[in-house]
Amino acid sequence: MLWGSNARETHPIFFHHVLQGLKRGARLYSVDPRRTSTAQWADGWLGLDVGTDIALANAIGREIIAAGLENRTFIDRATTGFAAYRHTVEPYTLQRAEEITKVPAALIKQLAHAYARADRAQLCWTLGITEHHNAADYVYALINLALLTGHVGRYGSGLCPLRGQNNVQGGGDMGAIPAKLPGGYDLGDDDARARFEQAWSAAISAQPGMHLSQMFEAMERGELRALYCIGENPAESEANAGHARHLLGSLDILVVQDIFRTATAELADVVLPAAADWCEYEGTVTNSERRVQRVRKAIDPPGQAWPDSHILCALAERLGHAWGRPSAEQVWDELRSLSLKWHHGMSYPRLEALGGLQWPCPSEDHPGTPLMHARLWETDPELRGPAAPFVPVEHVPPVDELTDEFPIRLTTVRLLDAYNSGVQTGGYMSPMRRREALRMDATDAAKLGIRDGERVRVTSRRGSVEAPVAFDPSLRPGLASFTPHFSEEVDTNLITNDAWDPKSGTSEFKATAIRIDKLTPAVASG
Amino acid sequence: MTTPVMLGAIRRLMTITLDGREVRVPEGYTILEALHAAGDATQADTPTLCWAPNLNPVNACRVCVVELEGSRVLVPSCARKVENGMQVRTNTERVRHSRRMVLELLASSVDLSQAGDDVQRWMASYGVDPQRYGPPANVAGDRDRRHAGHHHHPDGSTAETVAQPIKIDNELYVRDYSRCIMCYKCVKACGTDAQFTFAITAAGRGFDTRIATEYNVELPDSACVYCGNCIGVCPTGALKSVREHELRESGQWDPAAETITTTICSFCGVGCNLELHVQHAQIVNVTSPSDHSVTHGHLCIKGRFGFQHVQNLPDQA
Repeated sequence: MLWGSNARETHPIFFHHVLQGLKRGARLYSVDPRRTSTAQWADGWLGLDVGTDIALANAIGREIIAAGLENRTFIDRATTGFAAYRHTVEPYTLQRAEEITKVPAALIKQLAHAYARADRAQLCWTLGITEHHNAADYVYALINLALLTGHVGRYGSGLCPLRGQNNVQGGGDMGAIPAKLPGGYDLGDDDARARFEQAWSAAISAQPGMHLSQMFEAMERGELRALYCIGENPAESEANAGHARHLLGSLDILVVQDIFRTATAELADVVLPAAADWCEYEGTVTNSERRVQRVRKAIDPPGQAWPDSHILCALAERLGHAWGRPSAEQVWDELRSLSLKWHHGMSYPRLEALGGLQWPCPSEDHPGTPLMHARLWETDPELRGPAAPFVPVEHVPPVDELTDEFPIRLTTVRLLDAYNSGVQTGGYMSPMRRREALRMDATDAAKLGIRDGERVRVTSRRGSVEAPVAFDPSLRPGLASFTPHFSEEVDTNLITNDAWDPKSGTSEFKATAIRIDKLTPAVASG
Repeated sequence: MTTPVMLGAIRRLMTITLDGREVRVPEGYTILEALHAAGDATQADTPTLCWAPNLNPVNACRVCVVELEGSRVLVPSCARKVENGMQVRTNTERVRHSRRMVLELLASSVDLSQAGDDVQRWMASYGVDPQRYGPPANVAGDRDRRHAGHHHHPDGSTAETVAQPIKIDNELYVRDYSRCIMCYKCVKACGTDAQFTFAITAAGRGFDTRIATEYNVELPDSACVYCGNCIGVCPTGALKSVREHELRESGQWDPAAETITTTICSFCGVGCNLELHVQHAQIVNVTSPSDHSVTHGHLCIKGRFGFQHVQNLPDQA
C-alpha cells in the first residue's frame, strides 16, 4: 500500500523493487488524490479528497473489524488501546467514508479486505501523509492499521516512511530533532543526558529547543534574533514564504552555510561557502531502511568552500572551544561511543566491508537489524517488551477551508527529474523539463473559461501568483497542483499554508484553498 | 530479542564437472555462475556480451557457449541451469571456433572500438580476424529506413555493416547504433528487468533488426524517462552520455586518468550507491554497482545525470 506517495517518480529505485514484486504477483494499492504514474501501476487507486486520509484509514479499520479480519492474537498479545480504537472508528462506516473522501465504498472495502487478508503487507507513505496540520495523526491512523492486522515486525510486512532526502533519517538519528539526543535517546532521559554531558564536558538542558516552525513564531515575537542556517533554503521552502522572508529579513543577524548562494543566502549577513559533502567530503548518511552508508570524496570543493564539519569546528574555535579538526571517522567514532544501542557496532571498516549496516547495531559482532519490531511477536512477555499502543485519531479537515471565495484545492507535487526548491536539479538539462504551470482538470478550467496554456492568477488567503495553466488528466475536478521546484517561474510557497502540526512541526503544504482568476489584458501585459 | 538475519533460501549442492574436474555448486546456478564461482582462471573468463549480473539471461549473443555431454548443440552457459552429473567442456575446438565466429562476425559488421577491455582481450585470445570478410561495404546510412530484407545482397568481397549516423536528439545521451551488437540488454533494462518504461525494443527482422523507439520517434517524443539504465548495461559504447561523447569527439576522453569513487546519491532517501567516474577533476559518468542490494546497478535520471551542480567546469573558474 503506497499512501500519499508517488514513488514511481520520487523514489524511482525503491519502485523498481515494487515493480519486481508486481511481476511476481504482488498487489499494489495507491492512495493518492492524483492518479499518479504510481497509481497507474496499482491494482486499485483510491483517489481521495486532499485531507481526508484519516477518515479513509479509520473506515478501513472499521471494515476490517466488522468483517472479523483483525489479528486478535497479535492485538491481545502485543498492543494496548484496542477497545478505544474500535470505539473511535465505529462511526466511520464505508458510506460515511465515501461521503468524506469521495472514494467509492466498494473500493475501500476491497482494500480493507486485501490488506487484512494478505500474508505479508507493507504500508509506505511520504509527504502526502506528513505535510498536513495534523500530520502525526495521519501517521497514527496508518500505524493503527498495521497493529490491527499484525502487519508489522515480520519479514515482508511493515511500515515505512519513504524519506525524501539521503539523510533525513540520519539527521534525526544524530539528534537534529529538538527533543532528542544522538542515537535516539530522549532529551528527558537523565542517564543518557548524563553520559553525553560527561563526554562533552558541558551541561545539556533537559528542555527541548525549538523546531523550525516554532523558530519562525519566535522570530515573529521578536524573541529569536539570530539564525544560523545550514543547508536549508527556508526563504523558498517555507510555506507562506512571503511572511517567512519578511521574518528572515528582520533578524539581527542571519548566517547561511550552503553550497550555493540560495534565496536565503541573499538575505544573509554572513555566507559560509560549504562543500557538497556527498561527493566533496567523507561521512555517512542513513537511508529510509535505517541503512548507514558511507559517502566519499570524489572531487575537490570549489574555491573557499569547506566541509560543514570543518566550518563548525572553526567556528567553535573562534568561540573559545578547541575542538581541533577531527576527521569524519573520528566524529563518527565519538557518535558510536555514545549511541550504544543503534550505532556502537558500526565501525568505518565494517561499513566499508559490508556496504552499509542497518541500526540497531549495538556491537561489532552484531549483523545489523533489517527488521524492526520483531519483538512484538515474542510469546515470552519479557522478550516482547512494552506493548504497541493504538492511538485513536479523528478526521479533521485541512485548516484552509474551501469556500465560494476559494473553491479549488491546491496541492504541491514533485517531478521525477527535479528536487525540492530546485537548487541542485536546476543545474542539469533534463529533456523532460516543462515550464512550471498550474496543473488542473480540464472541466474545471472550462467552467472558468480558461484555455490550456493561458496565464491565470492563483490566489490563496496568503497571497497570489501568476502561472500558465496546463490540463492534467491525473487531477480530478476540484484539484490543482504546483511543484515547489521552479520558484523563479512560480513562487509556489507564497500561497501555501504555514499552519503547522503541533506534534511534528510540519506545515500544511498539501492543502491550500485557492481561487483561479483570468487575467485581464492590462494585468497580463504588466 | 532475537534478530532475524536474511540468508535466502537454502539450496542443495549439485555436482558437475568442468573440463573433467568435479565441482559442487548450489542448485539454481547457471553454468556461467558455476564457471565464475568454481572454475579456474580461464573458465571464469568465459566471454559474455549479452549477459549482465543484474539482468535476466537474454540468450542473444551465443559467445558464452559451452559443450555439454549428451547435448547435440552447444548450450549458452549464461542461461542453462546446472543439473547433477552435467559434464561441461569449455576449451574444445568446437567451443573456441564457435566463440571466434560470434566475435568475428560481430566485429566485421559492428564498430567494436569502444567495447570494453574484456571484449578486446577475448578477440585477441580467440584469434578474431574480421578483415578476412573484406573491407566494409559502402555505408548508405539508410539503415533506419529499411524494411526487413531491404539490404542489398553482399557480393562476397565486402563486409556488410550496421553503420548508420549517430543519433543526438536530447541533452543527456547519444545513441550510436553503428556500435550496436543487438545484445538486447538495453531493452531488458528499459523493460521488465529494471525500469518498466518500455521506451525501446527491437524493430525489423534479420540483419535489418535494430533497437528503436516506438515508430522510431526521437527520444524526447518517446516514453523515455532518461534513467540511463540502458547506458549502464551497454557493452559496446553504442549508448553513452552526451558528456562522454563530447569528450571523446574533442580528444579529451582519458580513461587512464579516471578514478571511481563510490558514494551515496543525495536526491532521495533510498540510498542508491553512486560510482562517480572522475577524469581531471570532472565527473564524466555516474554508474551504480550491480551487486548492491539497493540499486542492483540501476539509477534514475537525477542520480545518473543530476551532478552538474557540483561540476567544476574550467570555463566557470
